[in-house]
Amino acid sequence: MRLIVGVDASERAMAGLEEVVSRARQAGDAITVAVYDSSGSLAGAEATVRERLDTLDFDATVETLEDNPGSQLVELSESDGYDRIVLAGGQTSPLGKIQFDPVIEFVLLNAHTTVTLIR
Amino acid sequence: MTVRFPDDSVDGFPAPPRTATDRESRDIRYRQAKHEDRDALTAMYLDFDPEDRAQGIPPGDESGINEWLDVVMDEDALNTVARHDDSAVGHVMLVPDRDGASELAIFVLQGYQGAHIGTELVRTALGLAQREGLECIWLTVERWNRSAIALYEKIGFERTGDDSFELEMSLRLATPE
Repeated sequence: MRLIVGVDASERAMAGLEEVVSRARQAGDAITVAVYDSSGSLAGAEATVRERLDTLDFDATVETLEDNPGSQLVELSESDGYDRIVLAGGQTSPLGKIQFDPVIEFVLLNAHTTVTLIR
Repeated sequence: MTVRFPDDSVDGFPAPPRTATDRESRDIRYRQAKHEDRDALTAMYLDFDPEDRAQGIPPGDESGINEWLDVVMDEDALNTVARHDDSAVGHVMLVPDRDGASELAIFVLQGYQGAHIGTELVRTALGLAQREGLECIWLTVERWNRSAIALYEKIGFERTGDDSFELEMSLRLATPE
């Protein structure tokens, strides 16, 4: 399968990326990582993601999403014919509630491609 | 996430410990939860109906519940428990965020819902918070959970968040002059 994985640079997202990579190795999936930013620096987020992929020693295409990352992710998944969108971001509140970021909400509501949300 | 708080403060919450009779004529004791309540709370969450989970909590298995209780019962947090006889039947936690405010959540065991315990438990937890000098309290609630939203509004919480899956509500506690 060809997967497009939407991540920011959060710890949750990086843990999710690691999980996707380990499954992709077993299944032979091709991965494009679409990086968006939740904390102020898209370049910084991209560097974090590339570094993590290096550490994992996994070859993936990296794209950056600057404005409206949710809608860009949906468009990319359709125009480039990906089989699945995988999302791994979001935050945990002080008392442990899962909070989705606006990108995750947009993609869940608007994608025509199957979406996997990593918990 | 940055939470906005109402300008007007809310006052008049009762501090624990206290006892109140619920709608089913049960005497419910409300008090600050300490380490000795931990086992009773674990037992309550093991009994919890998955249908009443909110945004991933409480966790479904015992080790998950214990890890989560370690976080919410940290010494910086304020916990209030509702007890009926020897059992914990409700729990409110107030956990500090990074901005000096506190996040609130409440869980009431299924057999004790709809008996006014939730309202009394949140009001008592806010009384404890006031006594301990907290001012800014916030929570998130799923949009479809109308009964919870109505309960929070009756207590004095206002809707302060932007549109998203969860509704954000907050309250400013009155502080001593």
